[in-house]
Amino acid sequence: MNESVESLRQSDAMAVERVLAGDRDAYRALVERHSRNVHRLAYRLTGNSHDTEDVVQEAFLRAYQKLGQFEARSNFGTWVYRIAANYAIDRMRQRQKEDARREPPDAREDGSEQDPVALVRDPAPSPERLMQSTQLRRQMERALQELSDAERTAFVMRHWEGCGIEDIAAVLKSNPSATKNTVFRAVQKLRRALEPFLDARAQTKVMGSEV
Amino acid sequence: MKHPTEEQLMAYREGETQRREEISAHLKECGECRNELERIEAVLKALEEFPVPDPGENYERQVWQRLAPKLPEKRARWWQMWLEPRRLATAGALLAVVVAAFIAGRFSKPGGPAPVTATQEQVREHILVVAVGEHLGKSEMVLVELSNAEAQDGKQKRVNIGAEQRRAGDLLEENRLYRQTALQQGDTGLASVLDELERVLVDVAHSPENVTPAQLESIQKRIESRGILFKVRVVGKELQQRQDEMKAAPVQSGQQAGERNKT
Repeated sequence: MNESVESLRQSDAMAVERVLAGDRDAYRALVERHSRNVHRLAYRLTGNSHDTEDVVQEAFLRAYQKLGQFEARSNFGTWVYRIAANYAIDRMRQRQKEDARREPPDAREDGSEQDPVALVRDPAPSPERLMQSTQLRRQMERALQELSDAERTAFVMRHWEGCGIEDIAAVLKSNPSATKNTVFRAVQKLRRALEPFLDARAQTKVMGSEV
Repeated sequence: MKHPTEEQLMAYREGETQRREEISAHLKECGECRNELERIEAVLKALEEFPVPDPGENYERQVWQRLAPKLPEKRARWWQMWLEPRRLATAGALLAVVVAAFIAGRFSKPGGPAPVTATQEQVREHILVVAVGEHLGKSEMVLVELSNAEAQDGKQKRVNIGAEQRRAGDLLEENRLYRQTALQQGDTGLASVLDELERVLVDVAHSPENVTPAQLESIQKRIESRGILFKVRVVGKELQQRQDEMKAAPVQSGQQAGERNKT
């Protein structure tokens, strides 16, 4: 294992011990070390900033409350990830129920809050590039929304966050073999949805380079 | 072999070992399957571009500041505090002094005035006096710096107290340990001052890093209104005196704490 990763884990384990010994402020190191990663996971799972913040707060709160039950003390990062993913799934289901009850306004047309492209730093995006990025992002959002909660979670955790199959299986309350299958189904669906768009984009690029 | 299925190609890409060599050999021969694998790769690579908004430079701190008030205090047994790795060095030093005192007791003249139990109490008190004295000195410095901090000119909108805040955060955990130890020693006078100091340190540690002059003034007023700086100085001096007395007369019965508790 990478030495810095190992020392980070040891440092996490020490912080966990200190929290369990009654030192509440030792939890700050754990929160500060992992909050950015949990934010990224939460955003990828929920797709919006409001739910993301809720997931981040709740994940660290639940992790603190359950710290006594945490046995694999050398890997706090994976553990809090699991808690965040679990809560994000609950949150997504709750959101779907709420959305089903009332007709939601299509916030994506103006793209203001939900347009992460606008928030990602790009020194000088050309109009074509911006349009292509926006189109790609919309295609991805649509494709990701069409996945089931389990498929989206499995895909995000496996391909974006690099989590192990065992960890994903624990979140999905499933077995490793079924989890692998869920990851596969997710990639397959995303492929069907995005490939035509990517082929067209590749063709535009080739034509552009020929001019 | 037959062309591998889409699932087998994805598993191969993931590094699965099952039929790996067979698929690898097939890919060398079959352009169609290589192309299929490249297309899977292209979709996954495109998905990596899916943007996540940057939560900002101070995100970690913001998460903690929102979270901290919601966290309940965890109760711990006093011995667990001493098992915490950073404190093992102090615990080790304590043990070494106890052992040394025990040996000294064994080889001292018969009929000497210091039974082992009295010596141990003395030693514990000695550790507390030295460590807490140092802790109060450091705390005093942070409080003095904060009391003297001000906007560099009238136009400055924010004052950065990040350095003081981090030091207050570090002192806070030490403070909790010393307060508990003082209570166990029955030194309620010292425990009470440490308790007051802890409240001020919590205030400072949980303030924003960049404060407005008004916020800074409010922190300074809180320090001033509790008179904590004065108390810290008085107790710090008293501990220094006790330390000097201990150096002059290493084995005495530990009456001082009781005397201070009465005052």
